[in-house]
Amino acid sequence: MTLERALRLGPALGAVLVLVLAPLIFSDFYLSAVITKALWLGIAAVSLTFLAGYVGMVSLGQVALYGIAGFTAANLVEADGGSKVALNPWAATLLGLLAAVAVGFLLGAIASRSYGIYFLMITLASSVLVYLFFAQVTQLSGFGGVNNVDLPSVVGNPLQQPARLFYIALAVSAIVYLGLRYITRAPLGLAFQGVRDDPARMRALGYNVPLLRTVAFALGALVAGLAGVLSVWWNTRISPGSISLPQTIDLLVIAVIGGLYRLEGAWVGAVVVTVLDNWLRGVDLVGNRFNTVIGAVFLAIVLISPGGLMGIWDSLTNTLQSRFAPGSTGEEPGVIPLTQEAHPPSDRPVVP
Amino acid sequence: MAAVLAFVVAWVAYKASQDPRVFVVVTLNGVTLAGLYFVVASGFTLIFGLMRVVNMAHGSLYMLAGFFAFDLQDRLTGGDATSAFGSSEAGVGDWVIPLVVASLAVGVIGLVMQQLFLRWNQGQELRQALITIAIAVIIADQALAHFGGVAQELAPPSVLPESVKLPVYGLSYPFFRIFVLLAAIAVGLVLWAVIQRTRYGMIVRAGVDDRHMVSALGINIQLVFAGAFFVGAFLAGLGGVLGGTMISVDKGNDTQYLLISLIVVIIGGMGSLGGAALGALALGLVDSFGDVYLPMGYTNYSVLLIFAMLVLVLAVRPLGLFGRPA
Repeated sequence: MTLERALRLGPALGAVLVLVLAPLIFSDFYLSAVITKALWLGIAAVSLTFLAGYVGMVSLGQVALYGIAGFTAANLVEADGGSKVALNPWAATLLGLLAAVAVGFLLGAIASRSYGIYFLMITLASSVLVYLFFAQVTQLSGFGGVNNVDLPSVVGNPLQQPARLFYIALAVSAIVYLGLRYITRAPLGLAFQGVRDDPARMRALGYNVPLLRTVAFALGALVAGLAGVLSVWWNTRISPGSISLPQTIDLLVIAVIGGLYRLEGAWVGAVVVTVLDNWLRGVDLVGNRFNTVIGAVFLAIVLISPGGLMGIWDSLTNTLQSRFAPGSTGEEPGVIPLTQEAHPPSDRPVVP
Repeated sequence: MAAVLAFVVAWVAYKASQDPRVFVVVTLNGVTLAGLYFVVASGFTLIFGLMRVVNMAHGSLYMLAGFFAFDLQDRLTGGDATSAFGSSEAGVGDWVIPLVVASLAVGVIGLVMQQLFLRWNQGQELRQALITIAIAVIIADQALAHFGGVAQELAPPSVLPESVKLPVYGLSYPFFRIFVLLAAIAVGLVLWAVIQRTRYGMIVRAGVDDRHMVSALGINIQLVFAGAFFVGAFLAGLGGVLGGTMISVDKGNDTQYLLISLIVVIIGGMGSLGGAALGALALGLVDSFGDVYLPMGYTNYSVLLIFAMLVLVLAVRPLGLFGRPA
């Protein structure tokens, strides 16, 4: 086994092993409050990583889509607050995901004609509007949110049986990761990457660029929706506070800390942030100023390494390889979106 | 599109004919709110138009100025700015000094932010947006630590009348809201005059179109950028003090006014002063009409109106009403 393979496979195998055995390693509290939470946050963040890294769409609307799935699912089952409808939890979950994808299509159709910073602003504004909608419409939520949501029986009671929800979140994470990985290597995913790199050339080749971007956005909405439903199961409730702007920023922090160009980075970032969160709340050093620390870490990452932790890791392994195994250059990091200008379509004059 | 607009106008006209007194007050509320929105968003659009920087901390600067001004007024008056009956006891200086100091302080904070973090990332739009988001997170947390999570209200100078009589229906209306509208018009006129009529404005306009060419002509574009960022942040601060007096200043204002700035420039077109005025007017009116004129029981859906407006504008003009390609 070469050093290159060892460096690539070792950490991955270790992570899988730790995750599969996590209920034996960690206490029930830690498993639920840190590991399971990191898994569903990672799913939410990977929808952003996928869009930003592979389609070139840095969306700040993922929390809104996650909220639409979560609120729809929570409203359609028996719960305190929200609508009076009481469907089977699985049917409600399915409808929640459908709602997220439908809104994703709509929002994608509007926003996909805008690029770069314009796209970011439009998705951010939409996201805050979705938050205000659920905060104001008491028939569906209101500030108190929807509480004591009826869960599918397989989830059980997330407080007393944390391992069940952990394995569900792990399975969904694995499916999402492998699915997205597959798509990014399939013809559709290659088309996405073509759109990211040069929309004008893709259009010249006969691709429908706005449609591709809309489809990608809807796909991201499905992934975000899965995270939204899992978050409802984990919290047994959802409130507008969980889809507010700070939450949007948290997700962005996770994705950027992890690295916006590698799918696994989303979960790495999620673990780092939840562990830091859990640890800092116990330490008196920063008191309640947790967000200041997160903001400063985020600022440092953006300023120093736009590739995030995965970028730091990749350059470390590359250095190691070139030192110990001259000749093998290792895998070059793909694209680091932050250092790139977003590509405007060619019919607009480009400022170099 | 036209049909939707016609329906909305007809609906408002029908409602207005039922109770014209309410209509007058609601319209004034919308227009004065639009004045405040314009002051804040004009700074946002100025920075964006010239430097392509989306300042995600714009709302944070607004909120900071409001808190600074309140704190300063509290110190100047020894906590007696408002009488027990809620009327203002503040002298002219007790309001004007906080206004000037807080706006300047926030302008300087904006300038420092630009020089420290944004200047050497010029041209990397997304990275700059992320940097300002990180700063917004830090400011929000620090503001919560220092100023608490309670809504505060600045007292307007007591020489201003509390309300004015309107010439119609014998209505009276809070004078300070009119004052904010006048201030917004003054800000708009000054900005317009500077941008259209002075040498500095000429450089700014040239910079919006082609900053490399301006730089090549021997103008220190970095100085222009620094000046524009200072003015943009100063305007956010001015809005914060005006808004803190007209409404209140609260911990959620950073998100709220960032959203308002975003919507105003998305509708009006990024970088356009006229677009900002139109966008602010549209948002202010939709805000205040939506709360009153939606059918009974549905007034809490007013946020959908704003979203619908955004969708309609973007469907027809992806770059906003007055937006031009970068």
